[in-house]
Amino acid sequence: MKDFIIPWTDDRDLGTPAKAGPPVTLTIDGFEVTVPEGTSVMRASALAGIEVPKLCATDNVEAFGSCRLCVVEIEGRRGTPASCTTPVSPGMVVHTHSDKVRKIRKGVMELYISDHPLDCLTCAANGDCELQDMAGAVGLRDVRYEGTENHFAVRQNGEANPRYVPKDESNPYFTYDPAKCIVCSRCVRACEEVQGTFALTIEGSGFDSRVSFGARSDDALASDCVSCGACVQACPTATLQEKSVIELGTPERSVITTCAYCGVGCSFKAEMRGDTVVRMTPYKHGKANRGHSCVKGRFAWGYASHRDRILNPMIRDSIDQPWREVSWDEAIGFAAGRLQDIQAKYGKRAIGGITSSRCTNEETFLVQKMIRAVFGNNNTDTCARVCHSPTGYGLKTTFGTSAGTQDFDSVEQTDVVIVIGANPTDGHPVFASRLKKRLRAGAKLIVIDPRRIDLVKSPHIKAAHHLPLRPGTNVAVMSAIAHVVVTEGLFDEAFIRDRCDWDEFQDYATFISDPRHSPEATEMLTGVPADEVRGAARLFATGGNGAIHYGLGVTEHSQGSTTVMSIANLAMMTGNIGRPGVGVNPLRGQNNVQGSCDMGSFPHELPGYRHVSDDATRAIFDDLWGVTLDSEPGLRIPNMLDGAVDGTFKGIYVQGEDILQSDPDTHHVAAGLAAMDCVIVHDLFLNETANYAHVFLPGSTFLEKDGTFTNAERRINRVRKVMQPRNGYADWEVTMLLANAMGAGWTYTHPSQVMDEIAATTPSFANVSYELLEERGSVQWPCNEAHPDGSPIMHVDGFVRGKGQFIVTEYIPTDERTGPRFPLLLTTGRILSQYNVGAQTRRTANVVWHEEDVLEIHPQDAENRGIKQGDWVKLASRTGETSLRAEITDRVSPGVVYTTFHHPDTQANVITTDYSDWATNCPEYKVTAVQIGLSNGPTRWQEEYSDQAARSRRIIPAAE
Amino acid sequence: MSSDTDAKLVRMANQIAGFFDTQPGKDAVDATARHLVEFWDPRMRAQLATLVEQGGGGLSETAHRAAERLARMQDA
Repeated sequence: MKDFIIPWTDDRDLGTPAKAGPPVTLTIDGFEVTVPEGTSVMRASALAGIEVPKLCATDNVEAFGSCRLCVVEIEGRRGTPASCTTPVSPGMVVHTHSDKVRKIRKGVMELYISDHPLDCLTCAANGDCELQDMAGAVGLRDVRYEGTENHFAVRQNGEANPRYVPKDESNPYFTYDPAKCIVCSRCVRACEEVQGTFALTIEGSGFDSRVSFGARSDDALASDCVSCGACVQACPTATLQEKSVIELGTPERSVITTCAYCGVGCSFKAEMRGDTVVRMTPYKHGKANRGHSCVKGRFAWGYASHRDRILNPMIRDSIDQPWREVSWDEAIGFAAGRLQDIQAKYGKRAIGGITSSRCTNEETFLVQKMIRAVFGNNNTDTCARVCHSPTGYGLKTTFGTSAGTQDFDSVEQTDVVIVIGANPTDGHPVFASRLKKRLRAGAKLIVIDPRRIDLVKSPHIKAAHHLPLRPGTNVAVMSAIAHVVVTEGLFDEAFIRDRCDWDEFQDYATFISDPRHSPEATEMLTGVPADEVRGAARLFATGGNGAIHYGLGVTEHSQGSTTVMSIANLAMMTGNIGRPGVGVNPLRGQNNVQGSCDMGSFPHELPGYRHVSDDATRAIFDDLWGVTLDSEPGLRIPNMLDGAVDGTFKGIYVQGEDILQSDPDTHHVAAGLAAMDCVIVHDLFLNETANYAHVFLPGSTFLEKDGTFTNAERRINRVRKVMQPRNGYADWEVTMLLANAMGAGWTYTHPSQVMDEIAATTPSFANVSYELLEERGSVQWPCNEAHPDGSPIMHVDGFVRGKGQFIVTEYIPTDERTGPRFPLLLTTGRILSQYNVGAQTRRTANVVWHEEDVLEIHPQDAENRGIKQGDWVKLASRTGETSLRAEITDRVSPGVVYTTFHHPDTQANVITTDYSDWATNCPEYKVTAVQIGLSNGPTRWQEEYSDQAARSRRIIPAAE
Repeated sequence: MSSDTDAKLVRMANQIAGFFDTQPGKDAVDATARHLVEFWDPRMRAQLATLVEQGGGGLSETAHRAAERLARMQDA
């Protein structure tokens, strides 16, 4: 099997964006071409294979018509119009290369070059510069002008050049060199149109105009720039240039792969020189990201070669000992021996494992297969337990399947969006950019979140309604919205009669119409003004295509599953299911959370969401695997830890997951891990969980293996190996080593064989194969005989379960209450530059944006306690305490504090409790009663923890 | 078994029962029992059964009856 595969697609820049419209036929240089109405002459030419020279045009942003290089002649029209801004018309006859336009272009280029340094040979963009290409394309041979003034010479006429601005190197990943700038404003437009941040502008006019990061005093780092890379991507010269290219030179080949950060699942080109990644650039044909990226996927991949990465297997008898580097054979033998000893002593169900939502589908499938078929029990779980397990329960109950209903393209047809319990600009930035683009085009936004997230108000975006609810009252707010829709008769009766059970809806309507659910009745509880709720409900029900996007602010509550069902109820009653522009869209946290759930990571479900008690499903796997699977559900992560504390659960294999840092109530997790006889951590780094491990198996990064990830829109995307695993084995091979050491007898030689096994056993994946993915690029499940092309939108003709089910969603308050000791509510989340527990992003230059977790406190709460900006504050709950610095902000409401959980030094989860969702045990991260007060610095616990971690990470290298 | 884990099981069972208690036209005891069979591993269910035998302190009525029904289902 070839490792390096580049799927063939037309990757050319066609100059202006694609348009949709009836066909128009015209003639360009004698060739007839038919394109959709609205297409530019430039794009039509490119589609006909004729490239009109251009500088300011690129097909990622709308045409601007400033460079005048793309002028053409059109019969019957006067002058020489710019082909980028001229739409085609029927029968048009275009000449792109007449003597007249050639002469104009040469003149334009001559002027450009007269104010551009001629240091091409030593320029970082040498060979990758559109200015250079265009000089060649127009046949520029001579520059007659000697400018008396220019922007690029440091000194001129014997003195400092007042127009020269030195290179801005403040951003860790790219430089801005004004000397190379041709002021085409592609960067400014990309920042506006693609990213939607509006950090860049053109200051001055005429010869004085130049690109600026906002205020004159701002450099790139100090500005609003979010380092998404869109400007760098758009820049035709070396003005905005990746530092990695400056250092390593231009790439010589590229491989299409999938980002390993969030659930958006952006497609990237890994641009390589040898086996070194020179840069990652967003792939324009990637269907999740459409050529856009964020700071993590675009730039934060340096962790793969960070010095902290562990490349040799290690073992130790007990966790107070230093690690001993050993051979793979010894480590695997040690691990297998310990697990088998535990099973012999404590029974088959005394061990289990956690699949990784960061690893590939194939790897996850093998881990759960090992647990079920080799360990002989169903004690498998995954990080989705602590994030989107309520989505699984809630959507399966109401719709019949555990997944979002739309593709990301759907947002382009949305008229009203509800974003609840999600912060897309930080957590799912590329989706946020696509959403913001739609909002700027006129769609309306309703934000339901305790914090004033960036979407509520940012440049050219303003939410129609922000409902700043008190944490823990999601169900009450959603019920109040539904109450308005039902009592004001705004529901879609035809849809409900057709697609749901009308009688069942009547029961639901009776329940929800009760005055106790009205916005006025719940206002005191939720803290949301009743008229805002009514306004939001009316807007959503009557504003056209309505889509709901939600995140962990919905699921990570004691009523997480109930809120998911209330979201599904709202979508059904307003008829917003089954077509583009609508739907229920869970924003998945990690890159492969969707996939790890699909692959049977949960203890009660085999691949494809089929319950372990289902005899027919088990029979499929029994036959293929030659085993008898356990028909009883296994333990979920919190249950495993409880079992460990009780002494009944003794061994665990954890692949690519850091439960000590990511799971709630750190003390309890630590106690559980410490009570086990064998903790096997399979990861890139000695993460926090590894402090309690006996075996460390080094992992491989997404750059080092083949496989697939499934993103939040159910899209199965290929991950392609661009270099050999630095640790020696891809993760699927490591799992196979362990399974085989325990007698599995597996013989996989490539992940494609695992996908074939998935397809053969899982109906929703029946038609999926690597061949199909090569051909299509990606496909969205279900992909089988009924849906051979996959399923961009679900529940089109009917719900998967038949009729959509309305569920009564009574608000039941969490047991976590504020009181005199703990009067504030803590809620947690993440930030753009960091990812999850930060194991990857903390090992990149992204730390310049967020080097520590801080506590957001409302000025009123801060003042009452004498806390000032930057002070150390102690944050305490009934489970633990930690200290961190204060950030005084009115983003949070009075009574609410907020922090992130990216840094183990803070360890926000010392504070969070063991309360969980009623249906799934998903932890209630989002509501913890806390008290805060001034402190002198880290708590004693933090100091002890950091000592223990340092002791635990000692390594004795293998003898030579 | 630690009393800590026992208390957690009781709370979890009560939460499940609490949801099904609100569902109209459904047998909450049956739905709670089915949920426990579907999502709890056998040892957790056995632990709950033991708690019920010991009096089931802290369990709501629905949770208690569901746990009893479970025990009967397992005996059968």
